[in-house]
Amino acid sequence: MSLLSPAEIEALLLSLKISSVAVACSLPFAIAAAYLLARARFPGKTLVDVFLHLPLILPPVVMGYLLLVTFGTRGPIGAWLLDTFGVRLIFSWQGAALAAGIVTFPFQMRAIRLSLEAIDNGLMVAAETLGAGPLDRFFTLILPLALPGIIAGAITAFAASLGEFGAIITFVSNIPGETRTIPLAIYTAIQTPGGEAAAARLVMLAIILALGGLFLSELAARRLKTVLEG
Amino acid sequence: MLDVDIGLTLGTFRLDASFGMDGPGVMALFGPSGSGKTTTAHAIAGLVRPERGHVTIGGERLFDKSAGIDIAARRRRIGYVFQDARLFPHLSVRRNLLFGWQRAGRPLSGNQIDDVIGLLGLQHLLDRRPGKLSGGEKQRVAIGRALLAAPRLLLLDEPLTALDAPRRDEILRYLERLRDELRLPMVYITHSLDEVARLADNIAVFHQGRVVAHGSIYDILARSDLFPLTGRGEAGAVIPARVVVHRPSEGVTLLDFGGGMITAPLMAAEIGSRVRVRVRARDILLSRVEIADDISANNVLPVVITGLREDADGVEVSLDCGGSALVARVTPHSRERLGLAPGQRVFAIFKTVTIDRREGPAG
Repeated sequence: MSLLSPAEIEALLLSLKISSVAVACSLPFAIAAAYLLARARFPGKTLVDVFLHLPLILPPVVMGYLLLVTFGTRGPIGAWLLDTFGVRLIFSWQGAALAAGIVTFPFQMRAIRLSLEAIDNGLMVAAETLGAGPLDRFFTLILPLALPGIIAGAITAFAASLGEFGAIITFVSNIPGETRTIPLAIYTAIQTPGGEAAAARLVMLAIILALGGLFLSELAARRLKTVLEG
Repeated sequence: MLDVDIGLTLGTFRLDASFGMDGPGVMALFGPSGSGKTTTAHAIAGLVRPERGHVTIGGERLFDKSAGIDIAARRRRIGYVFQDARLFPHLSVRRNLLFGWQRAGRPLSGNQIDDVIGLLGLQHLLDRRPGKLSGGEKQRVAIGRALLAAPRLLLLDEPLTALDAPRRDEILRYLERLRDELRLPMVYITHSLDEVARLADNIAVFHQGRVVAHGSIYDILARSDLFPLTGRGEAGAVIPARVVVHRPSEGVTLLDFGGGMITAPLMAAEIGSRVRVRVRARDILLSRVEIADDISANNVLPVVITGLREDADGVEVSLDCGGSALVARVTPHSRERLGLAPGQRVFAIFKTVTIDRREGPAG
């Protein structure tokens, strides 16, 4: 590819890898959290709701700082990970994925929760009279019926992950080939004398990715709607 | 067959329901909205837990507070047909139909499944999605879905309410076939006396969370003290009769019942077959003399007055007609004019009857 330099291609691939891992790892938690908030009743639900929305309302830099404090090599979880598994999240692409996954978690959770809340509880009662237990109902009814929301949430979170800057640069720094995703590469290019052309190319790339994600999300939602509503 | 005696409180609503039925057949839970019918059905199905009492079906205790028995809804094997069908929108009709069957340990063979699909006329719908079905089709699929799980009892919660008149009649005919061909016990929730008279053998009358009367519909619908609950305008006795002869040239069919012969509009039913005849109280005239030859009404039957009950709107006169109970509604003025009193012999005159049910050949 002559359009992009090797370093830019590296940033693109790294962005895609980090976002994919971020979404794949946070999706099960997002579904679980959305399910709890949408269908369960428990004390302190409002507090949990607010807590899970923190990544959405806190500045990304603050999220990055909190991650650093918690998952840094001297943080409580970070030290344990290093001692037990020899895993070091700081300055690594896995750390970037963790940051992206946490920051975009509310996007997924909200979309999934909306689609879960739209499911008619009467269907669950009907399934119960037909012999379906809770786990059975979850996998045969709730998950498929919430699929449009799950896919929309995943795609939105993926697109938002591609653009995550503050939390990543604060937590895992800006290391070429390891944590320098497209937004960090744009930032670096702008800071570098004569890097304007590279910055412009990367910006175009970011715009194309974002629009592509939006398009895919719409397409998936429409396709699923026709499938679900017959 | 079915024995229910339960009590529970939901907010400010108190339900105390006790009724039962022997053998297969259709038990109607009849009453206005909010009288406790659906809550009772939920308790039978295990969807709400009563505070006291028991639910027994076919000798098996599904719920017994004192014995600590409470079988989970999904293990009760009770087919529940909801007012709003509740088909799973993302599954085809075929997969909807097989949903309960798969979870009940595949109780029916392929041929039996085809029989149910045929009985409900669902063959051409199997590959469709529920979203593409009419209201009547949805309800038929919901009935089929419940049946394929081989339930010990079918609960139908106002299955016709969401449908227009032609669809109601269509579903009623399917339900009549189920009742006659599968001999599956059914509990049918409704506030329509027409549906009760057409489908049910037994009725439990609900009023403000209590069952005020239950038993055979022949007995209950003839009880004038229940008329305020069984619907004034439509109230009337139901009597079993047998087809004797058709007279197409005169446009009538003659029916035999305990108290004599009834002339009904010409119907398509085999000679000897049993039918259910409803005579609305407001359609019966009383006469002290037999004037059969001088009036146009075809039915003039000798009856004995067994009781009189007066309320704000008129007088309900209970009649015995050769063992069958009838009820007539007259004004207080008529009662005084004719001097109607219990034990008196009079003639019941009625112009028309409603044939509610064809019960097949005499058994």
